[in-house]
Amino acid sequence: MTSSIDPFLQAGAKSKGARPWFLKDGDVERVLNITMALAQEVSVLRERLDTVERLLERGDTVSKAAIDGFEPTREEAAERALTTQEFIARILRVIQQDREAIEAGEEMTSEQVGDQLAS
Amino acid sequence: MADGEGRNASPDYDGPPDYRVVGRHGMFPETTHDEIARFNFLTHMNRHLSTRVMPGVAEAFEARVAPKHAQETGKPFADRHEVRRALTGDPMWQWWSALRRSTMESRQQAGRWVTQRQADSLNAKARELTENDPRLKLNPGMKLPRGVEMIDHHCMPGSYHTELVPGDVTGPANYDSGIFATTGGMLGRFNDGGGMAVAKWVKETFPDFKPKRILDIGCGLGHNVLPLAEAFPDAEVIGVDAGAPMLRYGLARAKTLGVENVSFVQADVSDLKDLFEDESFDWIQSTMFLHETCYETMPKIFAETRRLLKPDGIVLHVEQPQYDASMTLFEQAMRDWDAFYNAEPFWSKMHEIDLDAWMKEAGFGDNELMHGAVAAVVDKEVFPDAADDDSEDFGRKAAWHVVGAKKVA
Repeated sequence: MTSSIDPFLQAGAKSKGARPWFLKDGDVERVLNITMALAQEVSVLRERLDTVERLLERGDTVSKAAIDGFEPTREEAAERALTTQEFIARILRVIQQDREAIEAGEEMTSEQVGDQLAS
Repeated sequence: MADGEGRNASPDYDGPPDYRVVGRHGMFPETTHDEIARFNFLTHMNRHLSTRVMPGVAEAFEARVAPKHAQETGKPFADRHEVRRALTGDPMWQWWSALRRSTMESRQQAGRWVTQRQADSLNAKARELTENDPRLKLNPGMKLPRGVEMIDHHCMPGSYHTELVPGDVTGPANYDSGIFATTGGMLGRFNDGGGMAVAKWVKETFPDFKPKRILDIGCGLGHNVLPLAEAFPDAEVIGVDAGAPMLRYGLARAKTLGVENVSFVQADVSDLKDLFEDESFDWIQSTMFLHETCYETMPKIFAETRRLLKPDGIVLHVEQPQYDASMTLFEQAMRDWDAFYNAEPFWSKMHEIDLDAWMKEAGFGDNELMHGAVAAVVDKEVFPDAADDDSEDFGRKAAWHVVGAKKVA
């Protein structure tokens, strides 16, 4: 780091004002925040790997500078964006299913169905 | 999107563009591949939350929250606060909120990392571009407005005013480089879609209007005022804000973008008597600013605009729509989210004010008031177009209302 500000300390600083918590258990929400930060970093790695693959496909040299300077074409950018959307949809599956459960209304459990099938 | 060309090169893709389309002016921080990828993820998270998760909150409200309230109380909801309190008990609202807050905080962290690791070079660049330039007038002893001092707006550590080191511009550089992720690119390459929309609206509404002097109050880093300076290159344009880092970055940024007819002044916009004479401006503009003031200063700001306007001059305030009977209580409660959970403390109160009545209190007549609506003007080849976009990210969408007045000569 060449900076007079220490980003290790400052980048993640708390903003002024009491933080609101939303889930029933604050510890679950802390774990959610850590999980989503990790998801972000997985997405970053995935995009980096995609960049390396595309540089190789183009027959370009793969170097740190080439990776940092990579410019996807519009079509490539759309493909990469779809990959990111797909990734988010995959990790937030449980929320999607919560939504579908609202739509479905009251449903029988497998046990209840089993009881009925045996009656 | 109806057009087969445009940003949808892939017919399956309808979403935000890659971060690499941002406009890189001379003050823009450098970004590594992974820093860009981080912004891309956050952009898509915001898009996912507004298009895939938030609709679930509306569905939960209809299916669970409203029926439960009706069953328990036998009465309809009295106001938006009752709706919001009822929503806070529903898991869909809780998870959407927890994810939205988490994404906001990650966006701040991502932008702060980018700008803070290169603080010395950013700060040196800003100093070189602004030192001894009379277009930057700072007032180091100025008392901060209450609303700025008490809380860091929208989870932005240090808000608009903090300098971590003398001459620090990493705060505004973070705001400038990260807002793309918050809005999903809806504000365009230079985050100027709002200002461009206002300039377009003014040119269409007042085709003969030739302002000589334009004042932007609460200008921040100037992204909303540069389009006005560019649309009226013969005008003298002045941006006023309380945050010194914003103004320092704002002038440096404007100069590298080749916009020379704008200056930046640090002051409390509720009292500009020592700076500007009566009837000295043709146009006074505020864009997404009133919600960051307070009950005490808003009437003073309105009175100042009245005092400062030349006859035939216009004042325009651009904001998200006010709450009124035409907006459902559910929508009002959702729009209030930023007030309660994203450190926009005055957002809720501001949006229930009868702005026309307050303008009249400040001396504007019924015959002088005007209203309009604008949506961000962006390069539709590359960016999502808020006017054509039917998704709703309550309070965040790049489409706004205009409340203003034209001072009768």
